[in-house]
Amino acid sequence: MILSGAEIVVQSLKDEGVEFVFGYPGGAALHIYDAFYKQEDVQHILVRHEQGATHAADGYARATGKPGVVLVTSGPGVTNAVTGIATAHMDSIPMVVLTGQVPTALIGDDAFQEVDTVGITRPCVKHNFLVSRVEDLAQVIKKAFFIANSGRPGPVVVDIPKDITAQSTEYKYPTSVEMRSYAPVSRGHPKQISRAVDLLLGADKPIIYTGGGIIQGGAADELTQLVRELEFPCTNTLMGLGGFPYKDPLFLGMLGMHGTYESNMAMYDCDVMLAVGARFDDRVTGDLTKFSPNSTIIHVDVDPSSIGKNVSVEVPIVGEAAPVLREMLSIVKARKADGVVPDIGQWWDRIEEWRAFKSFEYDRESAKIKPQYVIETLHKITNGNAFVTSDVGQHQMWAAQHYGFNASRRWINSGGLGTMGFGLPAAMGVQLAHPDEQVACITGEASIMMCIQELSTCKQYNLPVKVINLNNRYMGMVRQWQEFFYDGRYSHSYMDALPDFVALAESFGHVGVRIESPADVEGALEEAFAQENRLVFMDFITDQSENVYPMIAAGGGHNEMHLKPSEADDVLLERELA
Amino acid sequence: MRRIISLLVENEAGALSRIAGLFSARGYNIESLTVAPTEDESLSRMTIVTRGSDAIIEQITKQLNKLIDVVRLVDLTEGRHIERELMLIKVIAEREEREEVKRLVDIFRGRIIDVTNSTYTIELTGPVGKLDAFIETLQGVEVVEAVRSGVSGISRGDRALR
Ligand SMILES: Cc1ncc(C[n+]2csc(CCOP(=O)(O)OP(=O)(O)O)c2C)c(N)n1
Ligand SMILES: [Mg+2]
Repeated sequence: MILSGAEIVVQSLKDEGVEFVFGYPGGAALHIYDAFYKQEDVQHILVRHEQGATHAADGYARATGKPGVVLVTSGPGVTNAVTGIATAHMDSIPMVVLTGQVPTALIGDDAFQEVDTVGITRPCVKHNFLVSRVEDLAQVIKKAFFIANSGRPGPVVVDIPKDITAQSTEYKYPTSVEMRSYAPVSRGHPKQISRAVDLLLGADKPIIYTGGGIIQGGAADELTQLVRELEFPCTNTLMGLGGFPYKDPLFLGMLGMHGTYESNMAMYDCDVMLAVGARFDDRVTGDLTKFSPNSTIIHVDVDPSSIGKNVSVEVPIVGEAAPVLREMLSIVKARKADGVVPDIGQWWDRIEEWRAFKSFEYDRESAKIKPQYVIETLHKITNGNAFVTSDVGQHQMWAAQHYGFNASRRWINSGGLGTMGFGLPAAMGVQLAHPDEQVACITGEASIMMCIQELSTCKQYNLPVKVINLNNRYMGMVRQWQEFFYDGRYSHSYMDALPDFVALAESFGHVGVRIESPADVEGALEEAFAQENRLVFMDFITDQSENVYPMIAAGGGHNEMHLKPSEADDVLLERELA
Repeated sequence: MRRIISLLVENEAGALSRIAGLFSARGYNIESLTVAPTEDESLSRMTIVTRGSDAIIEQITKQLNKLIDVVRLVDLTEGRHIERELMLIKVIAEREEREEVKRLVDIFRGRIIDVTNSTYTIELTGPVGKLDAFIETLQGVEVVEAVRSGVSGISRGDRALR
């Protein structure tokens, strides 16, 4: 079959099984857009800004485990997409980004809408390609999908000069990829795995700490089985929530800067730590010199460079989470059958004492809407089964702390890069992937403004996302740091002119609601979710003095948490709605 | 500690910038870097001399291995190996200095490869230490310019990177 380069792009996506491409046209991509016009197999979703395209593809990938696909034009199309590419890279999300490029003959001439796409994206992709011959195009696209979605996943950029999309060649989509320089390991080393199990079974104060690798690696069931077989405490990172059911008494909640008291204290005090698909990020560990001083660490990760990067590890295991955990489970069962039974009753007693602090508690009597209450009520209305995306700030932490995730892939947030603007476009990708599921975007009045234009995309494709704007009239997380660490000098963390979000949502053709009293929260959420086919933008006017607790200040250790608000919090200045 | 890392890399546009970019982005030090095609034209061979604690070197090798273009990698300093660097150095050599410089070149088994009335251009190969020592013994002789290739390395015995 002889096809043009543009047709090869579209046909390759089809042969790769791609459902959606999130994109925005422009000169260098016009041949490809023409090829899209002539087919119906791959649906193109027209966003309103290329950042939105990348976050939407990212949300789709997080919710499904399949790579998200993006198509943008050269120059500004690419630079607009970079934030979303970097976001996916930091969280190891599989994504293939096709970028138009100026014709080969013009590359390097500072041509109209030329940027060095491969150069600009190099530090924030897993890999990138500049296609130099139309004959290579299908092979490169095949490789891009393979690289994006294997080993430690990540975004791959394929830069395609316009002349190559016009040339023709014989098309045959490759059935397999051979790369001598890329062979991700899947199964861990058996000896190391059995050493790890011996350490775990001999522990007095064990803990299992897991991250996004469990979610991306599809290993939630394996983790749950292993933890339950061992009856050991389990804690998840911000990226790992949903990897273990929140309701299970073995779950200690999220750890890290805004994690539970019990999880951080247990991390500090443990004697054996099993870390799986987590990378000892600074937001998790706090001050490394004070990190878990007396523990022996077992670290399972598909990326060898994650192991031993920040902390020294006694038992490194390179491999995918699911097969490694399966193997651990079968060894644990065999050892138990041989009469080796761990006894960690005293350790659980300690943990229950810590748990009794109820470190996520908040003032339930307040006359103002507490953001935590909105999230708890959202859980109630959706039975904890919604797909929840979030932006970045206090609302993100409250969502992570209070929603309570039953299953993996349902908590979707930018943990690594912390990208404001992520939530709404990510929710579009999730809703497209799961048209019959409830999708909520928890956001703040500052974050939502960063990709607000995507409300228009939601209208065009009838995406009934429920936007939950926890409107505290502040960049709350910035304000919180300024309150704690800058003597309350609130430098530029407050916007003096906020839009009327209800009118704004309505102008985009959606439903807008403002909720100002705690008594109206539940009803508003109920009504919103009852409107199954409408996007409802809920503007919750929340208590603007609320802070996220507990908190480990940067540079603190896990045993140095600020648990409760100090008296000083009450004197926070009040600001009214603009 | 000083380490010599030897790599086989896909001979692709951009491979060199990926490797150089990795060192700058992560703040690793590069003392020297050499690269040239190999007998297999789809591959380049690269030698990187770097310094760092054991933990940093471990990260460097892991991060390099993670690059899709890197086919194979070995830390030569972990085993017995040979390292060589080429230096071309032009010095002022006039009157009685001419004999003296020539003698030094002979002692170091270098070669004078270009001559003018007032200068010698010398070619010298060896481990870094030998080249440094040669420059040191030239004290008093004016160096016009010196060009060093950076280190190339290979393992001793029948071990090979392929
Ligand atoms: C693109 C981007 N710019 C700046 C920041 C720094 N930042 C982190 S949280 C935050 C404030 C977010 O405010 P809002 O969305 O209202 O959420 P809140 O903390 O009030 O819940 C800012 C500015 C960021 N994370 N991302
Ligand atoms: Mg806010």
